[in-house]
Amino acid sequence: MDDHGLLFNALIYLFAAILFVPLAQYLGLGAVLGYLLAGVVIGPWGLGIITDVQDIIHFAEFGVVLLLFLIGLELNPKRLWEMRKPILGMGSFQVFITGILIFAIALLFNLSWQVALIAAMGLSLSSTAIALQTLKEQNLLDTPAGNKGFSILLFQDIAVIPMITLVPLLGVAQASSNDESGWLVALKVLGVIFALVLFGRYLTRPIFRIIAKAKTKEIFTAFSLALVIGIALLMQSVGMSMALGAFLAGVLLAESEYRHQLESDIEPFKGLLLGLFFIAVGMAIDFGLLLEDPVLILSLVALLVVIKFLVLFSMTWLFKVPTRQRYLFSFVLSQGGEFAFVLLTFATSVSALPVEIAAILTVVVALSMLTTPLLMIINAKFIEPRFSAVSSVPMDKVEPEDNQVVIAGFGRFGQIVARLLHANKIGTTIIDHNPDHIERVRKFGFKVFYGDITRLDLLHSAGLDKAKLFVLAVDDRQKGIQAVEMIREHYPHVKIIARAWDMIHAYDLLDHDVEIFERETFDSALRLGSKALNILGMPAHKAHIASQQFREHDLQLLLRMYAVHQDQSEIINLAQQARIDLEKLFEADQDVLDHDVEKEWN
Amino acid sequence: MPKQILILFAHPAVHNSRVNKAMVDAIADLEHVVIHDLYETYPDFYINIKKEQSALKQADLVVFHHPFFWYGPPPMVKLWQDVVLTRGFAYGINGSMLHNKDFMLAISTGGKEQAYQREGNNHFTIDELLFPYQAMSYRCGLQYHSPFVIHGSYNLSNEDILAHADRFRNLLVQYGEAGATALFANQKGGKFYG
Repeated sequence: MDDHGLLFNALIYLFAAILFVPLAQYLGLGAVLGYLLAGVVIGPWGLGIITDVQDIIHFAEFGVVLLLFLIGLELNPKRLWEMRKPILGMGSFQVFITGILIFAIALLFNLSWQVALIAAMGLSLSSTAIALQTLKEQNLLDTPAGNKGFSILLFQDIAVIPMITLVPLLGVAQASSNDESGWLVALKVLGVIFALVLFGRYLTRPIFRIIAKAKTKEIFTAFSLALVIGIALLMQSVGMSMALGAFLAGVLLAESEYRHQLESDIEPFKGLLLGLFFIAVGMAIDFGLLLEDPVLILSLVALLVVIKFLVLFSMTWLFKVPTRQRYLFSFVLSQGGEFAFVLLTFATSVSALPVEIAAILTVVVALSMLTTPLLMIINAKFIEPRFSAVSSVPMDKVEPEDNQVVIAGFGRFGQIVARLLHANKIGTTIIDHNPDHIERVRKFGFKVFYGDITRLDLLHSAGLDKAKLFVLAVDDRQKGIQAVEMIREHYPHVKIIARAWDMIHAYDLLDHDVEIFERETFDSALRLGSKALNILGMPAHKAHIASQQFREHDLQLLLRMYAVHQDQSEIINLAQQARIDLEKLFEADQDVLDHDVEKEWN
Repeated sequence: MPKQILILFAHPAVHNSRVNKAMVDAIADLEHVVIHDLYETYPDFYINIKKEQSALKQADLVVFHHPFFWYGPPPMVKLWQDVVLTRGFAYGINGSMLHNKDFMLAISTGGKEQAYQREGNNHFTIDELLFPYQAMSYRCGLQYHSPFVIHGSYNLSNEDILAHADRFRNLLVQYGEAGATALFANQKGGKFYG
């Protein structure tokens, strides 16, 4: 029945997502819940269209890997190092206290201590996918609660490694002979990380450069994907979680100038796979078990969520989460995570966990994932408003590192603009599509990113949503105008200023309401012209005033010609008009000489 | 219609300004007042003479508003005088465009009032130091009024500054309603600064 073929299955997933996600969004439930519901409906317990759930989960878990890679890209090593305290402090607190409580309760259920320990380890972890996706979706990652939640998730990802090593030791059958001693594993892990650092530092740049020079977009995308998958598999082969490996790879590449391009290349894959993952989790909910003993299962779900919530809520005092965000912080991490699935499956395979208990726990974890979006709605609808009414004090926001200015084009023109801003301590993000520029320019100490400015996702990752000003200085006129149109549509708050090549280009810019522009050769030609006047005997200051006058007249002329240009029928006469205007201009200059006080100065 | 006021504001470092900035902020919403920021409009010192002259024609009261530095205005104001107040416009044959308009200075000084006395550090009073403006007014047919002066700008508290700015605003509001009499009424014994 379920042998529908790959394309048909893909069609089902896509349709389910297309149907349920907008519906859930419309009802204010959030995308994650939409995916989960879609999974429930098409899964074995809903319409039963798809049945091979485990395979799908396994495949779609790669979405989590990509998610962590992308998050790694946004954190450079320095910021990660600054986070070491919350990661170790808060992370270990959450995992250990939650683990101990679950362990104790499991013992009360008359489970053996080994089984109780496995349950405690598996259930103490939260869902990186759900928590991070929710935080990102609501733009909360840069808030204190988001930051702290992320630290805990990171610790959990690290904690998985010793947990997985521990499970076989708890098994009845010690079959999966662990012939490698602990220190050897550790050595391997360190070796791989070291190799990764070297690779990230010295090899990625030239490789990216060569690939970027090939100017084939899909090859860049292919390389980005190959990079992430390769690193993830490498990490897995030495016993680390793929997600953690991808995260580290992301951190190492965070300072590369190709970061934004990587980001926008990987993003769509992450989105789709993560969606698929949520659908798979929805499908995995075993409603058979639920119907068999709904009271037990539902109370276990409630128990799990309540325990996790209470531990997290108590942490909000200990670790100074702002009052306003206490509930948000505690809700967002209160579910069981995807690592529980991995751990439970692994534990049954080494006979450390009875199959029936694993099945029950799996359902409990999956259902607990369903509660998070609901709790977030409760938080947004009922809890947040209470706080905003009490205190209008804004929450202490973490300053985003985004720059106010984005400069597109770092050729001979954009460079000067960027250097002037830089010299005045104004942060600028630079986009350029020429690998040579990037290479040359890094010597000046700028951060330059590689990419095509007509891609909306790139503009987004370059931070256009938070920028104030966009400086257009790319060589490709058409792409430049295209970018202006896109920014006007999607980021109407951003002011655009531009380098114009000549009058015709200036008209083009004026057509798109770019009113602040400078013609690239104009001012330097005027300066040279005023020097010519000076050499021919005109006093330097007088020559300067003359060039200023000329500048003013020329600008007026341009605007007048633009009006003519808008009237298409007269376009042929433009050049002629220009000559006549120029003559008039020189005549008119004589009158304007009044500007100088020279007549009165004797 | 209320009397129209043109503020010719000149401050080369407005980002450092406390007093003058507060004064400008305090009057920003007054509809009968045009605040013309010269340094912001002409960063390259290229003054549009025609525009300046037509703005002057609209005004009943012209105010030079700037910090007082080296016993004079910032250079932009002097340049403005040189190029805008031309023969045939402001003086000379047919140069009657400014006749019977009111003129006032609004200035801040770093030194305290005691410093601007014959026996003080600066050896001259403010009125003496402002003689060139008075002369300019006579030459252009402007009605010269006592200046609005804020002394000791370095040592003023924020409250003091706001109080001064408020006083400035009230004066301009009253001028809008009553014209020159408001300026006379505010003079305490020939001057109303301090």
